Amino acid sequence: MANDKKVDIENNLTLIRSLIAKHKRHDHIFAGVGMFVIISLTITLLVLFLDLVFDGYPRFNLDFLTNFPSRRATAAGILSAWVGSSLVLIVTFFAAVPLGIAAGVYLEEYAKKNWFSDLIEINVTNLAGVPSIIYGLLALGLFVYGFGLGQTILTAGLTLALLMLPIVIVATREAIRAIPIHIREAAYAVGATKWQVSLHHVIQYSYGGILTGVIIGMARAIGETAPVITIGALTFIAFLPPSPVGLEPPFINFEWLEAGFTVLPIQMFNWISRPQMAFHVNAAATGAIIILLTLLMNGLAIKIRYNIRKKIKW
Amino acid sequence: MAKLENTEVSPRLAKNLRRNVLERCIEFGLLCSGMFAIFITLAIIYILVSEAIPFFQHVSLYDFLTDTVWTPNYSIKHYGIMALVSGTLTTTFIALLVAVPLGTITAIYLSEFATHKVRETIKPVLELLVGVPTVVFGYFALMLVTPLLQKIYPDLTTFNMLGPGIVMGIMIVPYIASVAEDAMRAVPMAMREGSYAMGATRFQTAVKVITPAAISGIIAAYILAISRAVGETMIVAIAAGQQPNFTFNPVESAATITSYIVSVALGDLEHDGIGFQSIFAAGLTLLIMTLMFNIIGHAVRKKYAERY
Repeated sequence: MANDKKVDIENNLTLIRSLIAKHKRHDHIFAGVGMFVIISLTITLLVLFLDLVFDGYPRFNLDFLTNFPSRRATAAGILSAWVGSSLVLIVTFFAAVPLGIAAGVYLEEYAKKNWFSDLIEINVTNLAGVPSIIYGLLALGLFVYGFGLGQTILTAGLTLALLMLPIVIVATREAIRAIPIHIREAAYAVGATKWQVSLHHVIQYSYGGILTGVIIGMARAIGETAPVITIGALTFIAFLPPSPVGLEPPFINFEWLEAGFTVLPIQMFNWISRPQMAFHVNAAATGAIIILLTLLMNGLAIKIRYNIRKKIKW
Repeated sequence: MAKLENTEVSPRLAKNLRRNVLERCIEFGLLCSGMFAIFITLAIIYILVSEAIPFFQHVSLYDFLTDTVWTPNYSIKHYGIMALVSGTLTTTFIALLVAVPLGTITAIYLSEFATHKVRETIKPVLELLVGVPTVVFGYFALMLVTPLLQKIYPDLTTFNMLGPGIVMGIMIVPYIASVAEDAMRAVPMAMREGSYAMGATRFQTAVKVITPAAISGIIAAYILAISRAVGETMIVAIAAGQQPNFTFNPVESAATITSYIVSVALGDLEHDGIGFQSIFAAGLTLLIMTLMFNIIGHAVRKKYAERY
């Protein structure tokens, strides 16, 4: 009898051991699969970038940056596209950043917790989820035809500003939330008003976090194509908008806001859509420039955030 | 007392008065900025609806929803949104087939398996992947993924829904991974410790304890992904062809709601024409679809949210 029991226990033990081994094996298999998936994603990102660089390599010269688009692929360049992109981004920056920061400060510092601030919050979250092309339709109906702004740099800049706004608001709020309450209390204690507290302390100290959001938003605006196509941006532009800064007084003019334009991703889209392979080389070169810009900007944003996290100890 | 009434306001108080007025003005300005979000939402709804109303006076809502042919440029015009919805749903479905497994595995790995150092290295890479512009992904789908697929399946046409669907899937993996990972990391440590104390392995803990506990956040991640895929424009506009086609077959070419809007916008638009109005009707359909998914996602998160 006793012997039987011992055999039983031993059987059980081997059973349990094999079970444990099996489960440990599952653990290792999953760890392997997880690592594999993540490495594949990283490789995809690399392949994507290298593919563009190799395909577009023949166009990497100064002429590509200083030539207008042309019927001949080898003579075509992206001058009007990168100038257009830069001018549009200037409008976007000046429209979205002050408005976004103000909205973020309002929601965090001023708004009372009631149905109204909830409503604003729900709207901000929802706007972040609205497809970008819908913003294009909004701009087409409102800016182009409603306000009669036409298909100009101003319209495109404002459209992209609408897209960027939720990103800036969310980043501002997160940055502000990280500031401890006693900073504000100290400022109030020496007689600062609410706005002084907000401007001199809250916004100052959340500067890094806000900057991260702004950079990520701008990076997204550079690559955003669909809404700008929807408002009717031209795809073939062989002229530059009037220069924003002049040599004669008043040195700054705003005529460029009303100029027609094209932007980098639209130029790229236009070249991909053509059947000739030679234009696909141009598209790849443009794509390499866009992706380089966005990767650099996103990388910078990640770096800033990392530094903030490391440096600030309240 | 009388003396005080005569003096207007003492200089110190006067400054305060100006200060208070200024404060109120600033507060009002900030309030307006905050309300801007509401204005944008209202403007979107107003523009889409007001431009779509004349369209629906031409085309009955019944035809719009049941007709399966979309031929706004032919002499016999048909406006059956289903021809576009089918393309949207097919590409979205393919994208989800790619993104849901990959995203979930990545999330579980990052949250339960990866060491701190690995996580801190991988997350920035995922963020970079989110930052890649969609027009570049479109190039990738047309020039790299479709030719690769053609080697496996030679009958595949240059424009098809499979290639862009897969690329769209790769694009939304980071969205799923980051939202699902946040949900898993929010599960309290005590639950993991309890599971380990019972002798469970990491994998068992992840699948049987953490995933059920974080299920609301994980499902919300999936729904966010659906809404991204439905609204994605450039990848399909570049690589799926822009010919409306009522089909759920991924190897055929088709237009989605978004790529139709792009193809119309690229042509010359007659303001007031029915072609112009049709893109607003299509946009309204798209908005309603994404809104539906967002609301479902919100409801799921509310309903299944575990309170610890």
